[in-house]
Amino acid sequence: MTPTALWKRLLILAVCLWGVFAALPNAFYSRVEGHNDAAVAIEKAGGVATPDQDAALGTWPAFLPSALMPLGLDLRGGAHLLAKVEVEDVYKARIDGLWPEVRDALRDLRDQVGAVRRAPSPDDELRVTVSNPEGMVAAVQAVQALATPVYTLTGVGAADIEVTAEGADIVVRLSEAERAASDDRTVQQSLEIIRNRVDEVGTREPTILRQGSDRILIQVPGIGSASELKTLIGTTAKLTFNPVVKTTTNAGADAGARNALLPARNETGLYYIVEETPVVTGEELVDAQPSFDQNGQPAVSFRFDGAGARKFGDYTAANIGAPFAIVLDDEVISAPVIQSHIPGGNGIITGSFTVEESTELAILLRAGALPASLTFLEERTIGPELGADSVAAGKLAAVIGMIAVAVYMVASYGLFGVFANIALAVNMLILIALLSTIGATLTLPGIAGIVLTVGMAVDANVLIFERIREELRAGLSPPKAVEAGFARALSAIIDSNVTGLLTALIMFFIGSGPVRGFAVTMSLGILTSMFTAVYVTRLVVELWLNARRPKTIVV
Amino acid sequence: MAWRLKLVPTKTNIDFFRWQFVTFGASVVAVVASLVLVAVMGLNLGIDFRGGTTIRTESSQPVDVGAYRQALAALNLGDVSITEVKDPTFRADQHVAQVRLGAREGEEAVTPEVIAQVETALKAVDPAISFPAVESVGPKVSQELIWKAFLAVAAGSVGILFYVWMRFEWQFAVGTVAALLHDVIVTVGVFAALQIKFDLAIVAALLTILGYSVNDTVVIFDRLRENLAKYKTMPLREMMNLTANETLSRTIMTATTTFIALLVLFIFGGDVIRGFVFAMLFGVVIGTYSTLYVAKNIVLMLGVDRGDKPKKDTGEFASIEA
Repeated sequence: MTPTALWKRLLILAVCLWGVFAALPNAFYSRVEGHNDAAVAIEKAGGVATPDQDAALGTWPAFLPSALMPLGLDLRGGAHLLAKVEVEDVYKARIDGLWPEVRDALRDLRDQVGAVRRAPSPDDELRVTVSNPEGMVAAVQAVQALATPVYTLTGVGAADIEVTAEGADIVVRLSEAERAASDDRTVQQSLEIIRNRVDEVGTREPTILRQGSDRILIQVPGIGSASELKTLIGTTAKLTFNPVVKTTTNAGADAGARNALLPARNETGLYYIVEETPVVTGEELVDAQPSFDQNGQPAVSFRFDGAGARKFGDYTAANIGAPFAIVLDDEVISAPVIQSHIPGGNGIITGSFTVEESTELAILLRAGALPASLTFLEERTIGPELGADSVAAGKLAAVIGMIAVAVYMVASYGLFGVFANIALAVNMLILIALLSTIGATLTLPGIAGIVLTVGMAVDANVLIFERIREELRAGLSPPKAVEAGFARALSAIIDSNVTGLLTALIMFFIGSGPVRGFAVTMSLGILTSMFTAVYVTRLVVELWLNARRPKTIVV
Repeated sequence: MAWRLKLVPTKTNIDFFRWQFVTFGASVVAVVASLVLVAVMGLNLGIDFRGGTTIRTESSQPVDVGAYRQALAALNLGDVSITEVKDPTFRADQHVAQVRLGAREGEEAVTPEVIAQVETALKAVDPAISFPAVESVGPKVSQELIWKAFLAVAAGSVGILFYVWMRFEWQFAVGTVAALLHDVIVTVGVFAALQIKFDLAIVAALLTILGYSVNDTVVIFDRLRENLAKYKTMPLREMMNLTANETLSRTIMTATTTFIALLVLFIFGGDVIRGFVFAMLFGVVIGTYSTLYVAKNIVLMLGVDRGDKPKKDTGEFASIEA
């Protein structure tokens, strides 16, 4: 048979060696993981290592590859959440922000439109009643003039608001383009803030991805439960400091214009009426840390930025003796009375917290408030023990499966079966090496994909061997028969693998979760098995033929 | 001659069309029966497709389904089902059960309070209980997942149809796709008949069956194409039998290795993926059957245009030096 070119032989050998090399770390999973974690921690600390970290770093030699197959949630345990960002939440603030502008614009036209007043309306529109409807056309024009163009990737020019006249009312709504732009911003901001919060907790390799227009997928390995994760990321954490008008025990009390009735967090039945416009907000915080108040109770200390500190200082100076509400997500945490002017912008929030609550609140305040609330559409928690059980079961099945297939191949094809098994072993190594290098997450269906690859990988060899048998029966000499067997089987191998690859790719693009994990291992398995079954087996058979030069062969 | 394990004799001469009306008829009946089963009995849809919550419980104490049910009945949760999970891979003191709560009317999101209530109630029955997995899917997402799953199978079939059409003739493409739809439909029918949980992972299994079935069919068609060029005058029916017999050893060999690997996974892989592996095991068997008895029959019915030579004789890849 035509000998394989030297460069080709070297290339095949190099790929095989790379497979062994890059798959190696997975054989020492926990050691390498310790090494990698230490390396990351040291880098975060700016190159300073604790003795423990140095020891962990030393368990794995630096010259060896250290990429591992990351384990999916079903194997490692952890929490998975799919959250929907309630993008409409933001519209109300936008609409409220428009009202002063609209009022001022209409005030200039007072002689045409008469008096104006804001009428009750849904959250996403602004409704203004004018007392003199004859001036409506001018009024609409004046309000429309407030619009600014929205810049989007697809085009420029759409105005951010739509103004219409309905009877004596001017109705202002956000335009389609503005809503789309606003939704996009909201989701992007939420994503960033969720990432900050999860990073603050410091778990390994969280996955935080945007999905579709208004959804965020969050996967955090190693976290105890989805509800734990949910309290961390599901809290809006909108902190404001509002002047208190008065307290009441009546849940239905009328708060009055521009005021809000808010419940107290720690005392049921107690309500505060506060001014709706805050003095300062959480956005003006630069730091928040868990601490203790003078009585030793857990508390959160915070610091304002320059502008916040000035506003806070001015307000406290002007309102000594008045109560001041600290509001978190529409609940009054506490309402201390201002004792003195507080310059410098430092403060402390007390409110009968537990230590955990104060730690969590500090994290939330540092990471910033979510622009909109989240609704959870899907949540999954997998305990670490279940994951470990699955890993053990998957490993066992993969090993036994490989042995069973190997025995069967030798029984069916003798020495050629051994050749196929060499190719199969190399195939497994390259597959693991590939998965580690590209960092494809291994899931339980992924393990099934690998086991299936074991079964199907030998198909190419079976095709070749059956073909060689036929050619031998047809009377070809051993080298000729082997050559013809490889050449003629190739068309079938390629057709069958391409169709397999096609379905795997479709699974990857359309599927989600388990389907994807399976698709990744299956498609990589198809590629590696084509390489090993065709090239590696051929090289091994060729070397054997050249060394032995048999007169007859039995496949 | 050295000893070899041979499931198929070296030379076979089986007439695969001898009982063609029986075998093809059986396939048609199986497809129709599956569709009827799915329509009448419905699938035992998992929460991926139906919405709701499943809680896996594990305890060192034996599972008392009655006591669990009683404890949860007080909570008024509506549709609750409790099943004990038994598996040979469990340790002697490992007792597992699956609690399933239906999706609640008009709730887009899942409520952690309900889950907490259930956990507390079960802890009262059995203090040693733990909850190694809790999964909730809202009805909105589950609707989308159904649609996506359907789309995946459809797109897979269309992709294969075009590839086979491109590489062979349209009759072959129709035969292939008919065979794989047969496999997928009958597998789904078996899931309906046995009421095995049908979730997202099963869809992955269905797609794999698709891939496997096509793989098998394409190998035979590839050989058929070769034979069409080789024996210009042999009747199509005879040639198909020749082809199937020539490749039979390979067909059975590959089916057996795949089956062995999957069987090991079925036995040792744990209960979490057992349904998934079952689907694939069944798929290997039916995929092999449909290769021999469905795909070819359809091509035979449609006939192959042999006026001009087949578009590509042994395939352009055959000449590439490997």
